[in-house]
Amino acid sequence: MTRQMTGAKMVVQALKDQGVDTVFGYPGGAVLPIYDEIFQQNDIHHVLVRHEQAAVHAAEGYARSTGKVGVALVTSGPGATNAVTGLTDALMDSIPIIVLSGQVPTFMIGSDAFQEADTVGITRPCTKHNWLVKDTDKLSSIIHQAFHVASSGRPGPVLIDIPKDVQFASGEYTPRPKAPVGHYQPQVKGDLDTITALVEALENAERPVFYTGGGVINSGPGASQLLRELVEATGVPITSTLMGLGAYPASGKHWLGMLGMHGLYEANMAMHGCDLMINIGARFDDRITGRLDAFSPKSKKAHIDIDPSSINKVIKTDLPIVGDVAHILEDLLKVWKARGRKINREGLAKWWRQIDEWRAVKCLTYKPSETIIKPQYALERLEELTKGRDRYITTEVGQHQMWAAQFLGFEDPNRWMTSGGLGTMGYGFPASIGVQMAHPDALVINVAGEASWLMNMQEMGTAVQYRLPVKQFILNNERLGMVRQWQQLLHGERYSSSWSEALPDFVKLAEAFGAKGIQCKDPADLDDAIMEMLNHDGPVIFDCLVEKHENCFPMIPSGEPHNKMLLGDAKATNAIAGKGAVLV
Amino acid sequence: MSALQIKKGSSKHSAYNLRPTFSDVQEAHTITVLVENEPGVLARVIGLFSGRGYNIDSLTVAEVDHEGHLSRITIVTTGTPQVIEQIKAQLGRIVSVRDVHDLTAEGSSVERELALMKVTGSGERRVEALRLADIFRAQVVDSTLESFIFQLTGAPDKIDAFADLMRPLGLVQVARTGVAALSRGQS
Repeated sequence: MTRQMTGAKMVVQALKDQGVDTVFGYPGGAVLPIYDEIFQQNDIHHVLVRHEQAAVHAAEGYARSTGKVGVALVTSGPGATNAVTGLTDALMDSIPIIVLSGQVPTFMIGSDAFQEADTVGITRPCTKHNWLVKDTDKLSSIIHQAFHVASSGRPGPVLIDIPKDVQFASGEYTPRPKAPVGHYQPQVKGDLDTITALVEALENAERPVFYTGGGVINSGPGASQLLRELVEATGVPITSTLMGLGAYPASGKHWLGMLGMHGLYEANMAMHGCDLMINIGARFDDRITGRLDAFSPKSKKAHIDIDPSSINKVIKTDLPIVGDVAHILEDLLKVWKARGRKINREGLAKWWRQIDEWRAVKCLTYKPSETIIKPQYALERLEELTKGRDRYITTEVGQHQMWAAQFLGFEDPNRWMTSGGLGTMGYGFPASIGVQMAHPDALVINVAGEASWLMNMQEMGTAVQYRLPVKQFILNNERLGMVRQWQQLLHGERYSSSWSEALPDFVKLAEAFGAKGIQCKDPADLDDAIMEMLNHDGPVIFDCLVEKHENCFPMIPSGEPHNKMLLGDAKATNAIAGKGAVLV
Repeated sequence: MSALQIKKGSSKHSAYNLRPTFSDVQEAHTITVLVENEPGVLARVIGLFSGRGYNIDSLTVAEVDHEGHLSRITIVTTGTPQVIEQIKAQLGRIVSVRDVHDLTAEGSSVERELALMKVTGSGERRVEALRLADIFRAQVVDSTLESFIFQLTGAPDKIDAFADLMRPLGLVQVARTGVAALSRGQS
């Protein structure tokens, strides 16, 4: 049965067929027909954001917390250009989202029409793939194909640009099962010979370590389950990148904590000293490796990744395995079990004794205060008071983000939404809205800095309109904390433009939007204030006034290897020098 | 996967590839990419090269399968072995790319380029130009009393050599297509 319908109706129909229940968007001239169709149905819930960037971040939060594809809808021209940051963010962090953008009618393309922009041209480098649809007959199959491309292989953002005349015109609707998915079929099964070689290396290794990343989360809950089984069965220590937190539980006894520039001492030392590094779904990002020529010098490296271009991109890999994490871990466990569950117990016991010595350094120690709230203390209390709850955390970008990664514990995947690759200030608040839409009854907290938070503060309107009880936990140091820290470390304490002047009164700001505001500046009041935030049924801005010049440690100064970590303030001033100074 | 795991025919310079993966040696490679011929596909490929800082020495593109809407892009690029591997992997990621082959690494191939060269002059120089064109099997495709346009096909170095010879004889303009290439044999 063929069905004729308008392009606009096709969009809504195709989204329904794909199981979409929520779309984040902002209307405008070039998407009016689609908004008209959305108005006339009840299956898809449209969330009106206050800025298109927020629509994309909300879709990312939705996608990251559910494993489903997030959807954003924006108009042509400025609507599309505002979406660019979110698209780039999703590309860097491999988040599956679809952005539908309106476009001026086909006969006006190229005429510099009102609100015209070359959207597919602008977004080509910041999407996994994009389409300009010039024919209504092709629209529905392109949308179905877009879902396939966004969610298979290494996930990522895609964009479909739909001219207004294509939305008005009628065409034939292609239902989902009939839509050709094209030739894009990434490899999911790993090479068995290399997997066997990895098992052999694992059996003999004296100092092995698992280094896991966002790929485990993207591979689905099954991958995290297999990872847990593998770690428990082998007893091998495990660390993770920022993006991979939650794949292995923070309470697990083999957990070393996050690695990287602000990772834990024991995690980084284990990476530096290991003899077998098993990278599962991570990409040797520069935040992880530090100085390349001194990166884990004595180890054999295995790399499991679904994207062949990640292999040997920066670090030479001895055992590359291209495929999906869950498939490969399944095979890996099978082979390991079939070969007799062997592991170098003696070597591993010695390795753990060494790791325990590193753990004893207690690298997250900070100087407590009874008069001022230390940001670390604020997060420790937040962790304590929310532990065990159905909790989702988003963050903005900066010191607070790193402290959140260090001091909050994640027991499950898809509970931690943060902008890792692009480092987008302003990500966390809209992402928390997306997460709350997907999980209406869950506790959703955005750990923020005041500067990042202000970048998308207009979303208070969205939170209040849809009664989304998102908690904005702002660690307010009246500084761009990470910038200030780098200026201290690199630029002789000349704090150029790194303070927040003329800050709003956050309590009044919350009230102005019709939400609740709480301010806390005394450590003695903190627990009560946090409980007040948690118990309030509605959005809250929590203005937590913290120590202004606290630095985020431990830290690998740029240009240094893992074993040259800074543990405290003692040597911090001008700690970055030489070639490291040009790095970011 | 030690350095001694020898892969036959992986370099045109030797039967065996014993190079360290992260060597600094710059190599020229001819890469052929089969793509779905849809709007913007060339921009995707070129954007990849400019965005990631890879070199393009020459590039040719045309639809080669009209029914299947497939185009073949032939790119000559220069880089270290690691960069060449990255280029191939990155090209393979593009959704509209069907197939990527490194002709330089995958055994012998045929590379051809077409050039048009305008040579002006009269008298002895004109005769000499015509004589050399004959040696290079270049054809005269346009002629006036004071000029020739030669058409020449061949490997890029043959075209370079011909251009070098024509320069003192009055070469004024050159147009080249860039390299088109296919692997030899059945595959």
